[in-house]
Amino acid sequence: MAEKLTQEKVSELEKYAQSIRYSIVEMVTEAQSGHPGGSLSAADILTTLYFAEMNVNPSDPQAVGRDRFVLSKGHAAPVLYATLAERGFFPKEELLTLRKIDSRLQGHPSMKNLPGIDMSTGSLGQGLSAAAGLALAARLDNSESRVYTVLGDGELEEGMVWEAAMFAAHYKLDNLTAFVDFNGLQIDGPISEVLSPLPIPEKWTAFNWHVILVDGHDIQAIYDAVQTAKTIKGKPTMIVAQTIKGKGVCQMENIADWHGKAPSREQCDLFLSQLNELEAE
Amino acid sequence: MGLATREAYGEILKELGGKYENIVVLDADLSKSTKTAVFAKAFPQRFFNVGIAEQNLMGVGAGLAAGGKIPFVSTFAMFAAGRAFEQIRNSICYPKLNVKIAATHAGLTVGEDGASHQAIEDVSLMRSIPNMTVIVPADAEETRKAVAFAAEYDGPVYIRLGRMAVPDLFAADYTFEHGKAVQLEDGKDVTIIATGIMVGAAKEAAKQLQDAGISARVLNIHTIKPIDKDAIVKAAADTGAIVTCEEHSIIGGLGSAVAEVLVENSPVPMERIGVCDTFGESGIPSALLKKYHLTAEDIAAAAKKVISRKK
Ligand SMILES: Cc1ncc(C[n+]2csc(CCOP(=O)(O)OP(=O)(O)O)c2C)c(N)n1
Ligand SMILES: [Mg+2]
Repeated sequence: MAEKLTQEKVSELEKYAQSIRYSIVEMVTEAQSGHPGGSLSAADILTTLYFAEMNVNPSDPQAVGRDRFVLSKGHAAPVLYATLAERGFFPKEELLTLRKIDSRLQGHPSMKNLPGIDMSTGSLGQGLSAAAGLALAARLDNSESRVYTVLGDGELEEGMVWEAAMFAAHYKLDNLTAFVDFNGLQIDGPISEVLSPLPIPEKWTAFNWHVILVDGHDIQAIYDAVQTAKTIKGKPTMIVAQTIKGKGVCQMENIADWHGKAPSREQCDLFLSQLNELEAE
Repeated sequence: MGLATREAYGEILKELGGKYENIVVLDADLSKSTKTAVFAKAFPQRFFNVGIAEQNLMGVGAGLAAGGKIPFVSTFAMFAAGRAFEQIRNSICYPKLNVKIAATHAGLTVGEDGASHQAIEDVSLMRSIPNMTVIVPADAEETRKAVAFAAEYDGPVYIRLGRMAVPDLFAADYTFEHGKAVQLEDGKDVTIIATGIMVGAAKEAAKQLQDAGISARVLNIHTIKPIDKDAIVKAAADTGAIVTCEEHSIIGGLGSAVAEVLVENSPVPMERIGVCDTFGESGIPSALLKKYHLTAEDIAAAAKKVISRKK
């Protein structure tokens, strides 16, 4: 059994996650465009991966043998950029160039533009296949490198996800760990009403994946699940993370409308002050 | 400023829904953006969300058409023409099924979402498929008329729509003639052939050219396929030089279609305004149009250049 995080470490990670949420709200407001809801819901997952797990080096973003991350739900680019900046890949000030012309911070992650991005995404349903390819490449190289990816729950409606699911299980890609950001919402409403992908864990089990359910805002639980995944041999692991879309900004929480809408300046100030209060708690 | 063409699509679709009981509408989790939500609200029993599943969107559309319905299917142009290309080819166009694909958020003016969402190849892809009709409306009124035409016409139609609001060019009495170019200005030195949002810029360019003593004909080609050969050949004969303008790659779209007609009939010097074999990027639409050389100034400069190439 892998070691638990110390309480101190958990608090430190929670601070990073809060700071990342702060950056998300700020950058989407500055851009007056972008996707805050699904960025906020994935903040604890990315924090855990980038600050407690993944073997990456901000001063050598292309290092051979590093772990890889694919944001399959590419519209949540703000959480990835905010996490990379928090981790020191580039200065935080650059976050404010999000979605502006000539910026390295494209509306959806572009690996040709920004070092630290391991795969270009934005068209839903394609990331898991690329993650499987990266995992296969690592295996062919006898590398210890592990591959992580985050999918949206609405994204599971894409048929290609299930083609990749079959592939990864068939080729026993146990160096691949995927997450579903199970926030229950897509653009047109609740996933159960738009086009239900439920039940989610059972589907992945049926596709021969190892499945772990976690509270996607409990950093210790996310960390434990990632450690367990590393011990599972012969199968990829799917961590189904129960999350709240818009997590951390109460006006945004569980509201489908905040999927792809930027706050006004005034709303932003209010939201940021809330995030500050939370941090002080 | 007028409406975005997608807004006009939402309005007219609802109107047509009242007129044709056989119209059914499908969307892939983008109904608020594509504006099929307007139809969904009025006719909830004839609206079906397929979720984020564009290939299934086209396949179900094909089946509904084979079953006698008139399906209008919508998503972003990238995911319609791009993601589901082969379903459109084999399940819709090969059997010549009566599916109307109204694809929104085409071109660079999607803006901030960036290259992954900016379809600049869709016209090229769609016009290469046998049995497909390809229409690119220039404004809200042309969209209304084109969508109404599509509902009447029997066979697959691809209608390319935009996200951004565009100026109104046509009045309510405008008549849409399938496959016929619309002459907006007459001129003798050069012909500017434009489609979609570039029609407004072409008119503006003609004005600028007039100030420089150059007389430009302006043609709006809303139907890229079947294309109006006669109007193109006549423009070549009358003006001896052609500039094409499209918010699309210069490979395979309007420019290519016009070039095909010219080389086979009456070759004259030609310049193409379009996205020059590169991906777009994030930015506000106006900044993108400027950076990728899709402005009236760019068109006017191309017109001068093509005139200088006349023998
Ligand atoms: C292939 C494709 N179709 C449609 C879209 C447009 N789109 C962007 S986000 C989104 C909804 C995503 O919902 P979900 O996967 O649940 O993401 P989350 O709730 O985590 O933001 C859609 C339909 C897209 N980016 N790619
Ligand atoms: Mg979701």
